[in-house]
Amino acid sequence: MESKTVKFYQTGTFTVGNRLLSEEERHVQASAERTNSLNSGHRACQGCGEALGARYAIDAAMKATNGQLVAVNATGCLEVFSTPYPETAWQIPWLHSVFGNAPAVADGVAAALRVKGKKNIRVVAQGGDGGTVDIGFGCLSGMFERNADVLYICYDNEAYMNTGVQRSGATPPSARTATTQAVGVHPGNEFGVGKFLPRIAMAHRIPFVATASVANLHDLEEKVRKAIPIQGARYIHVFVPCPLGWGSLPQHTLKVARMAMESGLFPIFEAEYGKLTHSYKIRRQVKVEEYLRLQKRFAHILKEPATIGLLQKMADANIAEFNLMEEK
Amino acid sequence: MRKQIEGSQAIAAAVQCCRPEVISCYPITPQTHIVETLSAKVKSGELENCEFINVESEFAALSVLIGASAAGARTYTATASQGLLYMAEAVYNASGMGFPIVMTIGNRAIGAPINIWNDHSDSMSMRDAGWVQLYAESNQEAVDLHIQAFRLAESLSLPVMVCVDGFVLTHAFEPVEIPSQAQVDSFLPSFDPVQVLDPENPISMGTMVGPNAFFEVRYLHHEKHLRALERIPTIAREFEKTFGRKAAGLAEGYFHEDAETIFVALGSMNGTIKDFVDLRRARGEKVGCIKLVSYRPFPSEVVRSLADSAQRVICVEKHLAPGTCGVVASEVRHALQHSGKQVQAVIGGIGGRPISLAALDGLWAERNRLDEPHFLGLNWEVIGSVLENQKKIRRSGPVAESVVKTVAEKGGFHGI
Ligand SMILES: Cc1ncc(C[n+]2csc(CCOP(=O)(O)OP(=O)(O)O)c2C)c(N)n1
Ligand code: SF4
Ligand SMILES: [Mg+2]
Repeated sequence: MESKTVKFYQTGTFTVGNRLLSEEERHVQASAERTNSLNSGHRACQGCGEALGARYAIDAAMKATNGQLVAVNATGCLEVFSTPYPETAWQIPWLHSVFGNAPAVADGVAAALRVKGKKNIRVVAQGGDGGTVDIGFGCLSGMFERNADVLYICYDNEAYMNTGVQRSGATPPSARTATTQAVGVHPGNEFGVGKFLPRIAMAHRIPFVATASVANLHDLEEKVRKAIPIQGARYIHVFVPCPLGWGSLPQHTLKVARMAMESGLFPIFEAEYGKLTHSYKIRRQVKVEEYLRLQKRFAHILKEPATIGLLQKMADANIAEFNLMEEK
Repeated sequence: MRKQIEGSQAIAAAVQCCRPEVISCYPITPQTHIVETLSAKVKSGELENCEFINVESEFAALSVLIGASAAGARTYTATASQGLLYMAEAVYNASGMGFPIVMTIGNRAIGAPINIWNDHSDSMSMRDAGWVQLYAESNQEAVDLHIQAFRLAESLSLPVMVCVDGFVLTHAFEPVEIPSQAQVDSFLPSFDPVQVLDPENPISMGTMVGPNAFFEVRYLHHEKHLRALERIPTIAREFEKTFGRKAAGLAEGYFHEDAETIFVALGSMNGTIKDFVDLRRARGEKVGCIKLVSYRPFPSEVVRSLADSAQRVICVEKHLAPGTCGVVASEVRHALQHSGKQVQAVIGGIGGRPISLAALDGLWAERNRLDEPHFLGLNWEVIGSVLENQKKIRRSGPVAESVVKTVAEKGGFHGI
């Protein structure tokens, strides 16, 4: 299925979802045949972006593989809130080993499936931003470099949430976390640090790299659908607000995610073999400040125009780099 | 087929016969020849239906096998020293989840100071990691243990380390009987996992377990080791039947029946100790020895019965555990508690320092005056001099440098 951007007269967003689409193009979640791979009864906080993202991503993967899917999970909120026995929320074969090895474990699963002649079964690995950009980075880069037949999905909530909101390499500048306190001359996380993993993934020239957001779940599903059949290493980096860690309201999860997307702070794009192929176009750029206002982790900079200016610059730079503005 | 062959090549040949399906390795001396050989066998097609995955670290190597084993494949890796430590988290994880991975350890010292030579500090560092640990005396035994290891691992869903002394065995050329594929096939059934990732029958593996059940899960891990104590001798007997060669099982005595003094040791130093026993026996001295093949599980009962006649038990161990020393001796002492036997710890062979016949002769001469623990062949003059210097100078610099200099000043190292 070729993807098609559908604009809606009322809002210019995708929120209307299914009504105006053909059966074919509707959300996997809208179908009665969805697999509820991450079933209800898990212990995520109200409004958890990670739970939402994982549910959509894995159900989409299940649909794309006809139910022939194995998932490997790094340690983190997703792993903890979806298990303890006996109430595991996973309806698919699922394996958690340790925090930093999910890409390698998934590569092993894929290798075993090849040897066993079960080529129709696809392998997904998933982890939080900490498990992906920090402690699991060696294994991830190795998996990419080997072009292992694994789709890795990172749920980026911009900190180590499971251990109580500490800074990760994906925490944005000036954000308050439990290890980048809102005190001192440069309160919150420093500027000039951290990394944006999708760019690094692209540098490995793997077949497919994409970013996505719970602000656009249809797009997330579509990217998973596209990634599943590709042979080799694939990476999808999903922006998932965390109400608890960010100090945002549970009912604002999608709004916060949308503002990150519409401000340019979190660019949505696709790349193949290291080359940018598509980017999500912003119609009307939202001011970064509006995004920041919804989150207590930025409360300490709201009266600091200079700091807000720096973050605005980052958003503008993303727009330029990933070609995010719609042609007028 | 009997072959004059390097230990590593022999091990690789044995592993090949076991038909592993996924091998993942990261190179480290002295394990390299094993993995290079296996890689070549897979690449050339000599070892069929097997994936050899070159990874970026030992942590990844074992992690790949965790995934592969969970998906139902027979898995193998090899490492040593720093590499084993680098995979430590996955080592515990693999056994905690019960994946029957077989791993060769080419035993080597752990730094600092970095040292590539043989001792047992690497595998000893993982002695509580829940893996079975088997130690080979010779390359023949290394070959035989690998074949038994797969059978044992898969029958109990428990990973097994086969520990082979680095260089002493891995790089030694000696005649080894390499089993035929047909023999191994008749001994080792294909892997039938107790848990497997399967879309037709989805299960969750590796989930969180709280205080309500964790203790019981851990006990059942221990219980597998208790079963291994029974299983290892059974498998050894079956091995003997199939291959027509004796397999030592948990432990093996040598002139132990009437021995007054018994040595206990792991790995290749048993060869030297047996030579020593032969020489002493020729003089009518009642010496014997016990080769501990299985260190995990620890075969207390077997040790008790093999050491029955002895008054003195001397444990020679290639592992120095700072702050305590003599970990093998402690376990032997525990096995022999209330027996009234004297158990002596001897630490030696550290960082590749050889345990020679001369060293054992020296030890024997001093046997009634040994400190507990005794440090076999330690240069006390050098130790004294370095300590003296440290007292005098605050910034005395790296200890390793001081020791190396002092050894040279005192005329160099000439063996023990
Ligand atoms: C080796 C190791 N170090 C630290 C931890 C503790 N730990 C568990 S989850 C976690 C944070 C996870 O953060 P992230 O990957 O971003 O996932 P999130 O919980 O935010 O979804 C940490 C630090 C661990 N389990 N293992
Ligand atoms: S802490 Fe954040 S990521 Fe974790 S369950 Fe709660 S909302 Fe989700
Ligand atoms: Mg996180």
